[in-house]
Order: sequence, then structure tokens, then C-alpha cells
Amino acid sequence: MCDQTFLVNVFGSCDKCFKQRALRPVFKKSQQLSYCSTCAEIMATEGLRENETLASLKSEAESLKGKLEEERAKLHDVELHQVAERVEALGQFVMKTRRTLKGHGNKVLCMDWCKDKRRIVSSSQDGKVIVWDSFTTNKEHAVTMPCTWVMACAYAPSGCAIACGGLDNKCSVYPLTFDKNENMAAKKKSVAMHTNYLSACSFTNSDMQILTASGDGTCALWDVESGQLLQSFHGHGADVLCLDLAPSETGNTFVSGGCDKKAMVWDMRSGQCVQAFETHESDINSVRYYPSGDAFASGSDDATCRLYDLRADREVAIYSKESIIFGASSVDFSLSGRLLFAGYNDYTINVWDVLKGSRVSILFGHENRVSTLRVSPDGTAFCSGSWDHTLRVWA
Amino acid sequence: QNSGLQRMTFFFLIEDIITKMQDDKTGGVPIRTVKSFLSKIPSVVTGTDVVQWLMKNLSIEDPVEAIHLGSLIAAQGYIFPISDHVLTMKDDGTFYRFQAPYFWPSNCWEPENTDYAIYLCKRTMQNKARLELADYEAENLARLQRAFARKWEFIFMQAEAQVKIDRKKDKTERKILDSQERAFWDVHRPVPGCVNTTEMDIRKCRRLKNPQKVKKSVYGVTEESQSQSPVHVLSQPIRKTTKEDIRKQITFLNAQIDRHCLKMSKVAESLIAYTEQYMEYDPLITPAEPSNPWISDDVALWDIEMSKEPSQQRVKRWGFSFDEILKDQVGRDQFLRFLESEFSSENLRFWLAVQDLKKQPLQDVAKRVEEIWQEFLAPGAPSAINLDSHSYEITSQNVKDGGRYTFEDAQEHIYKLMKSDSYARFLRSNAYQDLLLAKKKPESEQGRRTSLEKFTRSVMHKSTTRITGLIMEIMGA
Repeated sequence: MCDQTFLVNVFGSCDKCFKQRALRPVFKKSQQLSYCSTCAEIMATEGLRENETLASLKSEAESLKGKLEEERAKLHDVELHQVAERVEALGQFVMKTRRTLKGHGNKVLCMDWCKDKRRIVSSSQDGKVIVWDSFTTNKEHAVTMPCTWVMACAYAPSGCAIACGGLDNKCSVYPLTFDKNENMAAKKKSVAMHTNYLSACSFTNSDMQILTASGDGTCALWDVESGQLLQSFHGHGADVLCLDLAPSETGNTFVSGGCDKKAMVWDMRSGQCVQAFETHESDINSVRYYPSGDAFASGSDDATCRLYDLRADREVAIYSKESIIFGASSVDFSLSGRLLFAGYNDYTINVWDVLKGSRVSILFGHENRVSTLRVSPDGTAFCSGSWDHTLRVWA
Repeated sequence: QNSGLQRMTFFFLIEDIITKMQDDKTGGVPIRTVKSFLSKIPSVVTGTDVVQWLMKNLSIEDPVEAIHLGSLIAAQGYIFPISDHVLTMKDDGTFYRFQAPYFWPSNCWEPENTDYAIYLCKRTMQNKARLELADYEAENLARLQRAFARKWEFIFMQAEAQVKIDRKKDKTERKILDSQERAFWDVHRPVPGCVNTTEMDIRKCRRLKNPQKVKKSVYGVTEESQSQSPVHVLSQPIRKTTKEDIRKQITFLNAQIDRHCLKMSKVAESLIAYTEQYMEYDPLITPAEPSNPWISDDVALWDIEMSKEPSQQRVKRWGFSFDEILKDQVGRDQFLRFLESEFSSENLRFWLAVQDLKKQPLQDVAKRVEEIWQEFLAPGAPSAINLDSHSYEITSQNVKDGGRYTFEDAQEHIYKLMKSDSYARFLRSNAYQDLLLAKKKPESEQGRRTSLEKFTRSVMHKSTTRITGLIMEIMGA
């Protein structure tokens, strides 16, 4: 004969879910209750959660990261530049400065094109924001911000307003008036409020909404008219330095880059991060979508530019050279996406063959860091702004 | 996590290059003592040697690039011309000297004006031609004398002390040290008009190494009035990662693992295909016709694009994807006209209305939502669109809240419907085909369009075979 223990099954109403189940005794804060097995399980795991240490969570996250990398690596069957070997090589490139815009009294920090393909807005360290007809090089408007280091500026889609901000932690909108008697600063509207410097701003496809990025580690979407916050985007672990809206007609996403070395893709409706990329070794100063919207490029202080594809959820190309040791401050694609223009802190602009990964050309001209660079809306030229106080239009 | 570290990494990178350059065991540049008249010039290299070394060791093909990099390394303060305050590199026999590690930028020098005053002052105390002040230095000294009028005695004393220390050193060593000291000040107090490489991007300032550290003096001077390194009012305590943060991260990672991704080979094909299709439209690769305004100073290209008559090339582009025709105003109008002729324009008008809704200021959103509902979706709507019941359910629920994204689901459905149905038919339609083939315009408007016609004819001539192929494809489809 052997000892046998029998589990006595009591049937009844569970004290938690009230369903008629086989019950077992559980102790909650020294009180005995009767739970069904499901509720008992849940309670057990909850208890486990309470005991989870930061360390155990971190190690779980690490192992998931490892698994994710494994899964992605399985799909990494070839390199872009290998497949691109069959693509015809580009001819010799002769790109020159076609216009030089002089007028800023200090470092140019940011610029943006108007949809009319010729006007631009630029901002500088001394607080000046200037609107130019860059084709004629005439200055059309100028306003002095109450703060220095105006690091962000943007042209409204209608061409009737500009937005800018910097050390004032705000993004302000100025309607552009052609009335010589009107003071532009008088109609200024404060839209965004961050708790640290404004690093980037962009209108969505309307004059009525602005997307901002800030040194406070967040991005935010604002209603221009009311100044109301429509959505905020949290996730970066440090200053956000740049952003770019996806070019799709129906899309509601944008990408941001920050000092946490991450590039993050966001859903504007929900405020959630939908994809993240962390392969750079230093601050990401600039992000720009590839024209189809399926990929984006980044420029970083680690002296490289990289291409990330959203469908592969992976970095697909690195643009770097042993002789390039200064950080890349701003990047943009040519219309077809074949060329990537990148401005660097070594005063040069490197032109990269996006598909083949090679450098096509190096452009000298600026006498100090290139801080901002954008291709014109119809791709006929690109404009660069520099710490040498000037802007140049190249074609 | 901090850009101070990155800044140091950057300096270490240059220091690595500089160290290798001086290492004769591994093919560094020859550092020599050069005889000149009655004296010797100790420890110098030529610009050519530096440029050659950079080209060889950093795989630089173009000497212009190597010269530029050499100039930048000089401007940072790691190598300097012995006879010039301006820190550049030339590809010739000009002599350069390497900077002493004591003065390297990686030591995070932020020398105060008191140090600079001491330096300029001691230069004037020594009767040596090579130590004579340049004009801008004399001006600086005069300004400093005015600014530090009350403590000039102190500065003078420090300068005297430095001169005493310097005198004790070997003559050759003095020559070298003097030049290195001068080069240090050329970095921190550059010649007017030269780039000050110590200027920093303010966004990166606050996370520097030791932002609170008291500035150290080049000459070991300590005084009560020594200021702290300016801490810009940007410092923010870095938020510690919480358990909640990591839990969110775990949820995110799990979602990513579940994501269906494409193989690299497919992605590469797609990127190549897109780029190849658009290369002829890329003015920086394929010269624009009639010309690129920035190059020719002629705005003909922009005038043509502004006109209501689209070029053949532009019309062809509408066929690349549905998005292409939607983002071109003229294309949209043509498409709308086509739909109107078929009495099926409500879908496009709905899509456009929803796009417009998303552009409205917050206060107008609710009103527009109601208007769109009434026009397109309410029972008995004048421009009723055809939605499946599931989508209709979701939309009528959303309308109650009346937000900007009320019609997202419906818009997506209508988009897919138009793309697979009306868009495809439009591309096959006579209206589109006529535009594609740039059929001759009626006589009355001919005069005004001569230049346009010449242009479209020239484009057509080039693309005839391609257009024919395209038509064959569409016809066969």
C-alpha cells in the first residue's frame, strides 16, 4: 500500500470571475479566497510582474532584440550595391554654385523651399529670418526673432506664411505680407510650446498644422489657428534633432532622428512609434524620405549617411569614406532618388550614388560648416546654407 | 549617450591620424631639421609630404581633397604652418610643425582672456623678431589692456614669470614651444576673417564632458575671479529609464518580430525600379527641357509647367502610379473631368473632400465632417459613394466623434476602388491617350502655343518608340 494524496475538487463560483468552475484556495493579503484555475494563473503572473526587476526586464528586452536581429538577418540575402551592379553608372557630374545669397550676419542654420520652386526662407544664429527669391537673389522679407539660434524654419504650402523657432522653445508662424507698411513681426502667432529648444519644424500638407521636433526629446503636432496640441510623440531618449514627413498622398507618418542615435517612424494619428532604427554611432542630424516613401536616409555625427528601408525594416546602405571624418549635418535626395546630397561639417557637400553606394562628386565652395541642405520642389537645384553666413543654390 | 563623448571620439580619430603621420616606423612623414641662413629650423615637415601621406593612407584620389582635409586638421589645431597665423595646408614646400599634445583640443581648452593677455604681454617682453605681434594681435592687446585695466599689474607679473620660465629652456626647444604656443592661440583667438573651429553647435553643447568644470588656465594661473564654464540654460536632467519604459519597449519589440518584412533582394529591385523610372524626370541627372532655369537663367521650364497644357512627359508620369495623378493638379482635373463624363465623379470628390478635411483648422473640423457626411454618405446623399457595410458601420460610428480622421477607413476603401477601377480605365481612355500623344491643338490657339508645341514635338520625337510600346501594353492589358 502506498500513500496517495487526493486533490479535493470543490466546484463553485469563483471569487474573482464568478464563473462556475473547479476552485482552489488562494491567499491574498492573508485572506483565503477560492479562485478558478484561470484566475489563479493570472494572479500568479501578476505577482511575478511585481517582482520583476529592472534588470530582468532589461535582459528580456535584450534577448528580444537579439531575436529580432536574427529574424531580420534571415531576409538579408543580398546587398543593395551588389544588385545595383547591373545599373548603368552615372556620368561625370558638373554641379556648380548658380546663386549665392548673402545677407545673413551670422551662421545660417536652416532653410526651406517654397512650393513655387524659387523662393526660400532661411534662418540664422543672430535671430534673423529672411525670405528670398533665390532666382533673382532679392530679399523679399526679413524679420528678427526675439531669440538667437533660430534652428528651424519652414515655408507654408500656400506660400503665404513661414514658421520658425529655436532657443525660444517655440515655433511661431508669420504670415507673409506684401504691404511695405506692415510690420511682419506684428502678426506673429505663437503656435508650439516645448520645454527645450526647437530643432525642426514642418507644415503638414496644409497651412493649418505644424509638426515640431525639440531638444526636450519629443515631437508634436499642432493646430496653427488655435495653438492647440493635437498629438505628441514620445519615445526618443534624448534631443530630437530632425524630422521629415512621408511624401505619400494618403500617408500619415513621419520620421524623426535624435541624439539617442535612433531614427523613429511615427503614426501621426495615434502618436505611436511604428518602426525604429538604431545603427548610427552618434547623433542623427538629418533624416529625409526617399521619394517613393518606402525608405529614408539619415546623416549623422559619426560621419556616415545611411539608407533605411521600411519594408525590410533594416539599414540597407551606408555612405562613408575613410577620408570623411566630419559629421554629416543634412541630407536630401534628388527627384529620382538616385542621388543623395549630404552637407558636412568639413564645409563640403558629398554627392552619393544611392544605389551603388559610391561617392559621385565632392563640392567645395562653402567656407565653414554646411548646416542645412534641401533639394528644390521640382528637383532642378538644391540649396545649402552654411556657418559662413551664406546660402548657395547648386545645379 | 552624450555628445561630449562623440566630440572626444572625433578628436581621438584625428589624433590617431596625426600620431600615425609622425610614426616613421610605419611610413610617417619625414620630420627634419632644416638649415636656413645662419639658423636651423627644427622639427618640420613640408605640405607636400603631408598631402602625399594623406592621399596614401586615407585612400584619397584627388589632391584637392587631401589639401582640404589637411587644412581642416590644421584649423583644428593639430598641425600648423611655422610662418603664418592662418591655419591652412598647401601642397608645396611650406614648412609645418606638429602641435604638442599639451595643446591638443581633446584637452577641452577654453582659455580665458586673462591667459590670452598674459600671452600677448609676454610676447612684447622678449626682443625677438619672430615674437613680434601681428597687427590684429596688437589691437587685441590694446583692447585687453583697456578691459583689464585694474588688474593689469597682475597680468604683467604673470607674463614676467612665464618669460623667466621660458628662458630656462633650451634654444631649439624654445623655438618649437613658442611656435606651438602661437598655434594654440591661432586656434582659440583666430586671425580676423578665419574660421573659429572652437565654435560649437549649441544643440550639442550641454552634453559636453564636465560642463560644470572650472576653466583651467594655460599658464596655471588661479585667481578668485576665474569663471565657470558657461552652462547654457539648456541642461535638463536626463530621465532615467523606468520599468514602464522597458515594458513598452518589450511590447514594441514583440510587434516588430511579428511584422512581415520583405527580403533585401526584393527591396533592392523595388528601389532600383523606382529610381530608373524617374531618372528621366530628374533634372539633376537628365537635363531638363527646354533648360534648367538655374543654369540658363531662363524660366521657360517653369512657365510651361504653370500652363494648363501639360507636357507629354508630365502626362506620361500620371501613368506611373495612382498617387502621381492625384498629386498633380492638372492630372487631378483631367481625371475628374473623365469621371464626370462617366457620371462617377463622387468617389474622387469624396477623396478630395476628405483630404481637404484633414487640412482644416481644428475649429472647422466638426462642421466639415458633417458636410461630408451629408453630401456623400447619409441616406439620400446627393453624391452617394458606395461603401461596403463594414466600412459604413465604422464611419457612421466615427461621425459621432467628428474628428479629423473620421473618414480614414472610408477614404482608404475609395482609394483602392478608384485605383483598381476608374484609374485603370482613365489610362485606357481617349482623353488620356490624346494627351499622351500630344494631338495637335485647334487652330485658334495655335499662335499662343508655338513654343509649347515645339517643345512637345521635340519630346514626342524622342519618346515615340517608348509611347508606342506603352500603348501596345495598355491595349493588350
